[in-house]
This record gives sequence, C-alpha cells and structure tokens, in this order.
Amino acid sequence: MKTERHSTFSPLVKRGLKGGSATLAFIGIGNRYRRDDGVGVEIVRRLKAENIPDTTIIEASGEGVALMEIFKKYPAVFIFDAVSSGARPGEIFRFEAHRQPIPAQFFNYSTHAFSLAEAIEMARALKQLPAFLIVYGIEGKDFGAGEGLSKEVKPAVSKVVQRVRQEFVLKSGNSPSRSLP
Amino acid sequence: MKSKTTKKKPQTKTIKVNYLARVEGEGGLYVKVKDNRLKDVKLKIFEPPRFFEAFLRGRDFREAPDITARICGICPIAYLLGASHAMEDVCGVKVTGAIRDLRRLIYCGEWIESHVLHIYMLHAPDFLGYPDAIQMAKKYPEIVQRGLKMKKIGNDIMTLLGGREIHPINLRVGGFYKVPTRRELESLIENLKWGVEAALATVQWVAALPFPKFEQDYEFVALRHPEEYAITEGRLVSNKGLDIPISQYDRHLIEEQVPHSTALHTRVNGRTSCLVGPLARYSLNFDKLSPLAQEAARGAGLGPVCRNPFQSIIVRSVETLYAFEEALRLIEKYEPPEKPAFEVQPRAGTGYGCTEAPRGICYHRYRIDDHGTIHDAKIVSPTAVNQKTIESDLWHYIPPNLKLSDEKLQWQCEQAIRNYDPCISCSTHFLKLEVERE
Repeated sequence: MKTERHSTFSPLVKRGLKGGSATLAFIGIGNRYRRDDGVGVEIVRRLKAENIPDTTIIEASGEGVALMEIFKKYPAVFIFDAVSSGARPGEIFRFEAHRQPIPAQFFNYSTHAFSLAEAIEMARALKQLPAFLIVYGIEGKDFGAGEGLSKEVKPAVSKVVQRVRQEFVLKSGNSPSRSLP
Repeated sequence: MKSKTTKKKPQTKTIKVNYLARVEGEGGLYVKVKDNRLKDVKLKIFEPPRFFEAFLRGRDFREAPDITARICGICPIAYLLGASHAMEDVCGVKVTGAIRDLRRLIYCGEWIESHVLHIYMLHAPDFLGYPDAIQMAKKYPEIVQRGLKMKKIGNDIMTLLGGREIHPINLRVGGFYKVPTRRELESLIENLKWGVEAALATVQWVAALPFPKFEQDYEFVALRHPEEYAITEGRLVSNKGLDIPISQYDRHLIEEQVPHSTALHTRVNGRTSCLVGPLARYSLNFDKLSPLAQEAARGAGLGPVCRNPFQSIIVRSVETLYAFEEALRLIEKYEPPEKPAFEVQPRAGTGYGCTEAPRGICYHRYRIDDHGTIHDAKIVSPTAVNQKTIESDLWHYIPPNLKLSDEKLQWQCEQAIRNYDPCISCSTHFLKLEVERE
C-alpha cells in the first residue's frame, strides 16, 4: 500500500516521532445537554468509532487547566468545539493554534474564567503547546437546554470527521489507517 | 479593556472603560467626578435576571441541588450543598460523620480551585502591572506553573468526589450517589502534601506585593462554627453584634432593589452595608485556622483581623493553605460510610442552608409541601451581598487618588473591584467602567 502522509504532520515525522503509544489526542469540548454545544463531543464519539490506532479520545468540559494537562502529554492534539461567531450555523472553522492564537471571540462562551482560548495562550507562554494543535470550531445555532443537534449543525459532524480523516489518513488507503507519525 | 476619554467643557471629562476583564459576569462601574470631587459611584449589574428562584417552583425537592448548581461554573458546591442542607433541614435530617466530612473535602477542592484561579490568574497581574496572567506567565513562568498545578489538585478533588471538575454530578440531598474508597482518596495525598508547601510559598509571594494603604471599618459577616473554620455550616455572626442561626437570615439581612443593578443589594438591618468572603471569614474565625495557617498569616504581616481589601489576596492564600491541610486531615481520618447518603423523606415546611462559597456566604431558603414539591425559593449569592460594599470602598478609595492619571485611576478602580473576586453571573460577563469628570 502506497503511503502518503498529509502535509500537516510532515514536520512531526521529520522529528522522528513514532507511533506505538498514543501520540494523538482528539478532544471534544461541550455539553451534550445544551443542544449544539455538544457538537464537539458528538464528533469525537464518531472519531472513536473510526478506531484510529494510537489515539486517545477525550470528552472535556473545557476547563483550561485540565486542557493544559492534556497538551503536555500529546505531541498532536485536535480540539472540536462549538462556536458562536455569527456565521451560518453548521459552518466549519479550522485553526492551526500551534502557529497563532485562535480568535478568542469565537470561544469565550465558557462560564469558567479560564477556558480554551486562555489555556492555549497560557500554554504558548509557558512553551507547553503540542507541536500540532488543530482547533475545529463548528458554528452552533441552538444552545438551549436539551439533547440533539439542530438540523443545520448535524451534517457538520460527518464533514468534520471526513476532513480529520483526510488530515492524516493515507490518501490512497481504503481504510483509515493512520500514518501519523 | 476599552477606554474612551472625552472633554465636555474645560473642567469636565468623561472616562469610559467599557469592559473590565477578569471578573465573572456582565456589569459596569460608573464614576462621576465634578470639580475634582467625587459625586457618584454606581456598580451597575446588567446581567439579565436568570429566574432560578421562579423556575424552581413546582420542581421536586431532590432536583434543587443540581438545578441551582447551574447558577455557577466556578462554585457549584456552594449551590449543591446550600440547597441540600436546606432540604435536609426542612425534612429533619442532619448529615453527619463521613458523609459530612466528604462534603467538607469537596468544598476544600472548590476553595482551592477558585482561590488559586483568582490569586494567580485574575488578581496578581493587577499588582505586578500586567494586563493578564498570560503576559505575566512570560515573566514568571515558574510561579504561574505552580499556580496551575495547585488549581489542578483542586480539580482532582472535585473530579474524584464529584465525578467531574465542573458541575459535579455525584452530590445529592442526603449525601452522595457513590462514595470513594480509602485507596481512591489516598491517591490525592502526595499532591496535597505538595500543595501545602506550594500554598506556603504562595502566601510568602503575595505578601511581598505592593499594597495600597486602605482600611475600612467593615461589618464582616461570616459563618462561625465552634469546632472548625466554618465552611459548610455555622451561625451567622458579625463583628458588630450579629449572632443568629441561619434560619433568621431574612430578618437581619435586608435585600433592596436599586435601579442601576439587576442584582439586589444587601445590608444588615439598621446599618448600611456588610462584607462577606475571605476577609470576613478570616477576621471572624482567625482562632479556628490551623496553627500553620495562623503562622503563615503572621509571617505575611497580617494580624488576626484584616481590613485592607487589597490584602484579600493574602487571605485567599492563607485559606488555600488551610484547605490543603484540611483536605489532608479529612482524608487521613476517612472511613467509608455504610451508605453513600442519608434517607430523606419530604415533609411540608421551610428549610434553610448557608455555606461559605469562596466569595462568601451563599444562602438558600425553600418551602416545600408533603410531596416534596417546591413552592418557594430564595437564593442569595455572595457577590450580591458585596455590591454595596464594593461601591462604598470606591467612595473612599477614589477621592485621595483623583490626582492619578485617568488610566492609572481606572486600573486601580478595577483592582479594587477585583479584591472581591466578583461573580456577577451568580449575582443575577464583563464589567463596564465609566468615569465621568466635570
């Protein structure tokens, strides 16, 4: 099988990081009982079903210190979280947070004083950022009480899973076997 | 923080700071200065009312803890326990022994989480001249990492006992759904011992910060317990003669509506305002602190009473030290209870609960019927009680500092407000500061 690594991870590969232990964490942030706020958790549950090797799936509340602890343990981290930026519900944003700050106004809807955007910048200041930190933000519509995603946001789950698969799956492979790193 | 300066006429100017960062909730401060004299101070809270008390009506009494815990992501234990105690009170159940100890232990976790966050992330940057903790971390990485590790230990206590670090799910009327084993609790010991040392270092670090000379003759109000530094229960006492069971709260602590705030103001009956929180607890209960915490406080230059609100950062550090020590003590004596919760059967009546949230007393009162249906609820958060005192501090703090530049004055007003670690979302997310000079 011909392998072709996605460019996102080529620097990791250059650093000689090998598989075998969990090197990749998928973190879903949100509250499944607040409708679209749970989209991040829904995405990591779908990614879990993909059975990607050497990967840890984490469902998180979004509390900053807990996130920073995860950052220290994994060289590559993907975060999935609902956002409320005023964009079209279901729109998918992707930020390379290891390169630059994520726009705080997208992610400041936490009731906790130390949340995702602050955790990322604090980790950057303390030189504790993972080599790769990709943040997917999915525009929500309904953050009211209750379970289930709105019909505008629901299709984004499959789209994000597909895009993540493309981030590191062998482009010519039939199954999502991970080449990282 | 956004600011705007406009001049209306030669002696008149208006300074507006639209967002005060590092407080929880939405509010603002309006300051009016005319002919170099302070004319008005209003702490405006425009956080929309959340109607928790109204939508508790008609719910089952067992639902109150989990519903009210949603008032705050920073101090859910204050709501979980305040509501549980009130329901147990009306139903004639007194929770004792290991279950009471576990409640006190998880409360120590909440104090550690909340206090450390405020000391290191929200308040220390004010004293050291940084706009936020992230900028401060570039200069003081080891210190900030110490704070983060301390907070993580608080999270660990919350997660172990409560199921998760935010909005715990394992507490209920009567106790817990599941209690930990001794071994599970013992897994915390090593980190807690480190925490005691880290908290001592924190007290020493904050003691060396520069403090404005500013003391007020506060009426401190806090719980007091005969045997312990009051956290989960006690009588309500003050340094000006208040000494009542919590069931008499409504008779002595009067709530008033003011036009500029969606949160009610509170005063002790017959007097103007009162202060709740770390300064009050410390000054009324210094004798109940551990010997080590007392020694650390003295070493930091504090007496048994502290009237300088800026030094609340030292008091929070002393209380953090106490919380680490207390958590260790509770774990060492722990024997798992036979059942995770006391049986609580509903009966008609009114019940009261009041605990020491990190920011001060958090009061609950409920009336339920024989079926356990809630007919009436009243909840008072500590920030609501402190609103009037924050305004009062500023009335005294601003005049001698009017010679400061607008920028410096704004900074100091914000710092003076953050002395109270206000949680505006609870009391009814940004604080607007507006200074008008004429």
